[in-house]
Amino acid sequence: MRFAVIRFGGSNCDLDTVHVLSEVLGVDTDLVWYRDGLQRRYDAVILPGGFSYGDYLRAGAIAARTPIMADVISHAREGGLVLGICNGAQIAAESGLVPGVFTRNEVPRFICRPTWLRVETTDTPFTRLYRRGEVIRVPVAHGEGRYVAPPGVIARLNRERRIAFRYCDTEGRVIPGANPNGSIEGIAGILGEGRNVLVMMPHPERSSELVIGSEDGRRIFESMIEHCQAGTTRQR
Amino acid sequence: MLFDVIITIALKEGMLDPEARAIQNALAHLGIPTLSLSTARRFCIGIDAVDREEAGTKARAICERLLANPVIHRYEIEVV
Repeated sequence: MRFAVIRFGGSNCDLDTVHVLSEVLGVDTDLVWYRDGLQRRYDAVILPGGFSYGDYLRAGAIAARTPIMADVISHAREGGLVLGICNGAQIAAESGLVPGVFTRNEVPRFICRPTWLRVETTDTPFTRLYRRGEVIRVPVAHGEGRYVAPPGVIARLNRERRIAFRYCDTEGRVIPGANPNGSIEGIAGILGEGRNVLVMMPHPERSSELVIGSEDGRRIFESMIEHCQAGTTRQR
Repeated sequence: MLFDVIITIALKEGMLDPEARAIQNALAHLGIPTLSLSTARRFCIGIDAVDREEAGTKARAICERLLANPVIHRYEIEVV
């Protein structure tokens, strides 16, 4: 089993993610420079947080059009796992791996604080180790995290149970006061059509060790590892 | 032939524009209340094309493939 973390110019959560995977969880993980492309098969590819291309034009817009993203899209089509975190989520949305867009926060400033997320589905390679409805604490750090998609897309995401996480209060209530950025329906993370792509604005790599405040995010990586060990490339 | 193309990218009608709202608030603090305010980005691009039509086609490709995100944006093209 081997995971890849892609480093774009301006990524800054790449090493944190590699640290959690290789040091905390013991997964063989390659840090891949975006210009090198994906040189081999990986079980999972992670698009980390940061400010690729300085967020020029729109967050993630330019990184989404780099050649390595064609490799990532092929990897996803073949059933490989893709996890996009924060800027990685913006890149994945811009590249069409998931519908919609993450754009300027409702209150246009950068927010960096803990958030509480309600796990909306456990029927995914990323959330299988959680309980449905469980409330987890994972921090956000973004200026462009407000999820926007047409009503038809939102309805379809709901119908297909492709909303993975919603911002909630500590009791699990999805209320406006718990929504840090004005995302539609408090959406914090969504799945691609095949359920093998998860994009999320909160940072699980910053909540994978108790020593830094929370390990609630670690089960996302552990779920991915368990999924890969089970050898299934796709599950519904 | 060189064509100068001016592309304007703006949010679609009805889309929340947080920057515009912040600017309106700032103007109000300066004692200049405004009734409406929207923002847009303007790109001036030189394009080599055989005629205006081809310049327009290239400009549309530029909008659709990179400058605009169709989920939230509309665009206008002016070939000068």
